[in-house]
Amino acid sequence: MSSLNKNTLIKSLLFYLPIFFLFLSVLNEIDFNYLKIENFSFNFVHILIFYWTLKNPRYLNYGSIFFAGIVNDVVVGIPIGLSSFCYLLICAVTAYLRNIIITPNFINDWISFLITILLINSIQVVSLDIIFSIEVDYMRYLINSGFTFILYPVFIFLFDILEKKIAIQTND
Amino acid sequence: MASSRDDFVIAIRSAFLKKRYQQKFSLLTLIFLSLIVIVLGSFNFKAIQYIKIGVNEVVYRSSFVASIPENYFKDLNITIDEHLNLYDQFKKNEIELKKLKEKKLLNDFLVLENKKLRELINETVQSEDVFAKVLVDKDSPYLKSIVLNKGSKDNIKIGMAIVDRSYLVGKIIEVNYTNSRALLVSDLNSKIPVLLEPIDIHAVLSGTGKNHGVIEYTKDEYKEKLSSNEIIVYTSGYGGLFKPGLPVGKISTNNLNKDNKVNFFSDFRQLDYVKIVSYEIGSGN
Repeated sequence: MSSLNKNTLIKSLLFYLPIFFLFLSVLNEIDFNYLKIENFSFNFVHILIFYWTLKNPRYLNYGSIFFAGIVNDVVVGIPIGLSSFCYLLICAVTAYLRNIIITPNFINDWISFLITILLINSIQVVSLDIIFSIEVDYMRYLINSGFTFILYPVFIFLFDILEKKIAIQTND
Repeated sequence: MASSRDDFVIAIRSAFLKKRYQQKFSLLTLIFLSLIVIVLGSFNFKAIQYIKIGVNEVVYRSSFVASIPENYFKDLNITIDEHLNLYDQFKKNEIELKKLKEKKLLNDFLVLENKKLRELINETVQSEDVFAKVLVDKDSPYLKSIVLNKGSKDNIKIGMAIVDRSYLVGKIIEVNYTNSRALLVSDLNSKIPVLLEPIDIHAVLSGTGKNHGVIEYTKDEYKEKLSSNEIIVYTSGYGGLFKPGLPVGKISTNNLNKDNKVNFFSDFRQLDYVKIVSYEIGSGN
C-alpha cells in the first residue's frame, strides 16, 4: 500500500517537473552572471517551452505558460503581458509544427527553433523599443538568441532523458 | 495547390483553436488575454496599479526565495575567488592604505572648510539614508535593475538615489508597498548629469547595458583635456535628482584611443545591501 502511494507521488512529481522548472527559471532568471563571462546569456525558458510543447504539451499546459510569462515580466521589469505573448507564440509555432510534421526530425526542430526565437525576440525588441520606448541593446538580444540556439541540443539531450523517465513512470 | 492551402488553414486552425492534451484554454484565448494585459498595463488606472503592486509584491518575494540556491553558489564562487587572490589583494591593499592615509588628512581639512563655507552662505545639505537589502539582482539582457526590500511604507519615492558604500549605483523607478525597483546606472535607459573632475566639465553619463558607462553631451574640448589625468565622475546635482558630489566612476586615460568609457566604482554583480538616499538643500535666505 505504501509503495503504491510512493509510486503515485513520484508519478505526479515527475509529471509536474517541467512546470516546476518553468516557474523556477522565470523566478530565478538563471543567468550565470556571477561567472563574469562578458556577453554570455541564454534563454532557458524558450528552450524549455519549445521542447515540451513540441514533444508533449500534456506536461506543460498553456495556462501555466501564460502565468510564467507574467511572472517573468515582473521579475525582469518589462511591461506585463509581453513575455506571455511571446511564450504563447512559441506554443503556436510548436502546435503548428506538430500538426504538419509526421516524422519528427532533430535538425528540422533545431532550425524551426532558430526561426521561432528570432521571430519572438524581434517582436519583443521592436515592441519594447518602438511601443514602450525602452532602449534595448539589439546586439545582446542577438547574442542571447545565438547562445540559446547553440545550447538547444544540450538541453534537448537532458530533456529527452527526463521525458523517457516520466513516460516510463506514468505508463507503469 | 488548393489542397496545400487547405492543409495550412487546417493546421493553423487546429493549432490555435483546439483544446487538446488536457489544455483548459485554447491558445487563441490566451494570446488575446496577454494582449489585453499588455494594453491594460499601459494605462494608469488606479485599479490596475493596485493589481500590479499586488502581483509585484508576491513575485518579488517568491523570486527572492527561488534565488536562494543560486545565490549560495554565487557567494561560494566569490569566496573561492577571494581566497585564491588573497596574497595579491593584500599587497595591493597595503599600498592603497598608505596612499589613503595621506589623502584622508587633506580630506578632513576640506570637509571642515566646506562646512564652514556652507554655513557662511546659509546653505545646508540634509540627507536621509535608508538601508535596504537587495532581493532580486538579475543581469538580464532586458533591463539592468535590482529589487529592494523597502517600499512606500518606508517613505521611498521614485527618483531617490541608490548608493553602495558611498558610490552611486542607480535610482528608484518603481515603488510598491514593501519593495521597490531601482534602475542601475549601467542600464541603457539610464542618463544622469555628472561633473568630471578635476577638469571641471559637466556632462551626461549614459549606461551601455554592459559593465561600463559612456560620457555624452559635453563640450568638444573634453577629449583634449583627458590626456593628463585620471578623471573622476561625480554626480553634478543638476535637475535636483541626486545629491551633488556622489562618486560614480572613473575615466581611465591609459588607453590610447581616448574613448569616453567610464568604469563604475561599484561592482553591480555583488550588491547585497545598499543605501537609498534622499536629500534636500536648505537655504537660510
